[in-house]
Amino acid sequence: MNQYETVFIVTPVLSDDQMKEAVKKFSGFLAENGVEIVHEDNWGLRKLAYPIQKKSTGFYHLIEFKASGELANRLEVEFRRDERIIRYLTVKLDKFAVEYNVKRHKQASNEPVKETKEE
Amino acid sequence: MSQPQSEIRYLTPPTVDVKRKKYCRFKRANIRYIDYKDPNFLKKFLNEQGKILPRRITGTSLKFQRKIAQAVKRARHLALLPYVTDMLK
Repeated sequence: MNQYETVFIVTPVLSDDQMKEAVKKFSGFLAENGVEIVHEDNWGLRKLAYPIQKKSTGFYHLIEFKASGELANRLEVEFRRDERIIRYLTVKLDKFAVEYNVKRHKQASNEPVKETKEE
Repeated sequence: MSQPQSEIRYLTPPTVDVKRKKYCRFKRANIRYIDYKDPNFLKKFLNEQGKILPRRITGTSLKFQRKIAQAVKRARHLALLPYVTDMLK
């Protein structure tokens, strides 16, 4: 079991509900395979630093999960197949990264600063 | 100035300021992980064109320079940082 973190960008042409559904598809895919989701974060609509597929904005979403490498691969295949995803990045977290993330989540929960979290 | 002017003239003014020792900010601050999701922090290690600054300027140790490079490249992939630009910052 490794801990992974994946960030993906959903195309901005979708409505809010459609975007949520797209996100749900992937968190659902992980849940179906019995993956423990450590953390989930929606960054909302952000401006891209350069256009991707002629779009200058995108919905960013982050999922942190514990899974086997094989499953992480399958998740990436799902990303590739989905046209709504314009960019994705999955990173394996080393122990320092895990430490750092735990610290950050604590900070975020202690001081709820303008974060619109829906849980 | 109370001192009388000295006779010696220099073609190039002597370096008055003491050379400050460069240091690795990660070692000093005990940072062990560089987050690629924080473009504002990574911008400290880029020049105006969005290129990664060399170690000889930032003073970063080799270990963390590698990590910075990795983080910057990840951030570029996710469009958090530009690949090419002008007048970043």
